[in-house]
Amino acid sequence: MSMNGHSLQRRAVVAGLLSDRGDDLLVVTGLGGANWDATAAGDSPLTFPLWGAMGGALPMGLGLALAQPAKRVLILTGDGDLLMSLGCLATIGVERPGNLAVVVLDNERYGETGRQRTATAAGVDLCAIARGAGFAATAEARDEGDLAEVRHLAREAEGPTFSVVKIAMEPLKIVMPPRDGAYLKDRFRIALLGEDGVV
Amino acid sequence: MTESSLADPSTAVDWSGDIFRVLKDWDVRQVCHVPDAGHLKLLTLCEEDNDTRTVTLTTEEEGVALILGAWLGGERGCLLMQSSGVGNTINMLSLAKTCRYPLLMLVTMRGEYGEFNPWQVPMGQATRATLEAMGVMVLDAWDAERVGETVAAAAKLAFNGQAAVAVCLTQRLIGAKDFRALAEPKAPAEPKP
Repeated sequence: MSMNGHSLQRRAVVAGLLSDRGDDLLVVTGLGGANWDATAAGDSPLTFPLWGAMGGALPMGLGLALAQPAKRVLILTGDGDLLMSLGCLATIGVERPGNLAVVVLDNERYGETGRQRTATAAGVDLCAIARGAGFAATAEARDEGDLAEVRHLAREAEGPTFSVVKIAMEPLKIVMPPRDGAYLKDRFRIALLGEDGVV
Repeated sequence: MTESSLADPSTAVDWSGDIFRVLKDWDVRQVCHVPDAGHLKLLTLCEEDNDTRTVTLTTEEEGVALILGAWLGGERGCLLMQSSGVGNTINMLSLAKTCRYPLLMLVTMRGEYGEFNPWQVPMGQATRATLEAMGVMVLDAWDAERVGETVAAAAKLAFNGQAAVAVCLTQRLIGAKDFRALAEPKAPAEPKP
């Protein structure tokens, strides 16, 4: 049990969510820990890892999901990033893209800046907010037994779905993807759209 | 919907229709916005078009990221907002510089020519400087007859050059709100039985 009272390990959780991803899963990560976790699970041209633009993961995933209704879009982000884009839960709840899933890796801390407590540490219930915004299904995971449901919501269930995974606060090595945004964008478009992705 | 039912009383030129035709020419599919009265007619045209999805945002910064997501998926977008909303986009505009994607923004101005509400003035006066500080090219449109041409020029810059470009639709074009008219609102007409 770590300092925040949670035991699930984020790297294993994310590796499990992204395993056997194939070409039909498009991933957008928020900045910080979610980026490093997705990269540790295997850098992919069909993952767009944000390095900044806090609060941008949700609207970016929404635009992508609306443009690519035949693909599954998974947004992986942290509680700090999610709290900065709470309004976008309403935006998504109105558009209701069936192919969109959000997974929040919630350690109840601003992990990159000194582990200051976030609002979720005080009990703010993100799943309740997402339900209120109109998400089709929500889940909260606290132990291994809950992860199958999160994987189902992330990969298959009719969206938009919203899951919170309560994770341990652990010291982890930063695993970085390429950091040039224009390159990340171009490689994503070319992997998804082929020659049409070239401008 | 007939053209006349949405006619803009301030000018005989259908500049909103001209903007809409530019968006269609460039196959813009996602139009996102925090609404403004100056965009009313354009938004109505977009909502009535089956190939255009309009997304109502809770804050303008969402639009900057949403358009990048759309572009990753192969669709073009456009962000409509009022000048006060430009202040809400600042950090998210980092995406435009680091990722270099087409970001076309149409900004209806408040806080400048003939503004009655002083609370609108600080952001209205800072709009161009704010956009330029974040690397956005800014074009002004004040002549109704040249709005379409200006937006077409902006779209060309944005979509051919993967650039962030804003067109400021000035209060001289869209008309400043009339303080006296707002202070003494007419009661809405009762529907006839």
